[in-house]
Amino acid sequence: MLTLSVSLHHYLILAAVLFGIGLFGVLTKRNAVAVLICVELMLNAININLLAFNKYITPGDFIGQIFAIFVITVAAAEVGVGLAIIIAIYRNKLSVNLDEFDWLKW
Amino acid sequence: MMAFLNSISWVAVAFHTLAAVVVISALLVVLVRNIVHAVLWLAVCFIALAGVFLTLDADFIALVQILVYAGAVCIMVVFGIMLIRRGNMGESNQFNRQVFAGGGVAVLVTLLSGVLSFRIRYAGSPPDVPENTVDQIATLLLSKYVIPFEVAALLLLVALVGAIFLAKEVKADADS
Repeated sequence: MLTLSVSLHHYLILAAVLFGIGLFGVLTKRNAVAVLICVELMLNAININLLAFNKYITPGDFIGQIFAIFVITVAAAEVGVGLAIIIAIYRNKLSVNLDEFDWLKW
Repeated sequence: MMAFLNSISWVAVAFHTLAAVVVISALLVVLVRNIVHAVLWLAVCFIALAGVFLTLDADFIALVQILVYAGAVCIMVVFGIMLIRRGNMGESNQFNRQVFAGGGVAVLVTLLSGVLSFRIRYAGSPPDVPENTVDQIATLLLSKYVIPFEVAALLLLVALVGAIFLAKEVKADADS
């Protein structure tokens, strides 16, 4: 018989896999915009965790959902400022390759 | 046949389908070679994640997810790519030289958090999340969590001003 169920552990595993994919992209991508996108994937993995804990551990308090709203707010601000920084660097360097951003290295 | 259909938990079916879509589209975000296609797969991933949030009884967060991530963030990233477009777009999303080291670290972190998450113990069947989430979230945000709420508003304002200032063209005689 097919036993298809869903529990807190399913959500935590999904979040762990998504976080791992995002971390892999952050560590191995050459384009700065791609790294920014992968950071978004990691933040979304955290949101899955927050909402899953909200449902299975503190359903009446809404702590997880409110925290998830703040995470989404900060992520939106982070994308805006991050893209602005990338555009400003591109204007100086004419490149978005992270390997060429080496002004702090001597 | 009817007994079989009634025995399936449709929430579980929805969760597994959406989880598969999330993981596959997230992998494609990392693996495709054109960064515009990567952003399109990112939008697919975000919409599927909104579905996952719906299975977690978080309907307000799911709508915010579609509005903010699939709507605003993806469009903004596409505009950013347009402003910094250079050379061959088909080779715009490449890996650097640390693929194996980065892959190893990512696999280790995933395995560690997966193993740790199986050690969690919680009460078997929790009470349901209240039906009307928007009312509860609104009341809490404007009473108990009003200071973080205002700080978040200030953060958004600062980010807006900072983004405009950073992205603005710097004139050569700006300091005169």
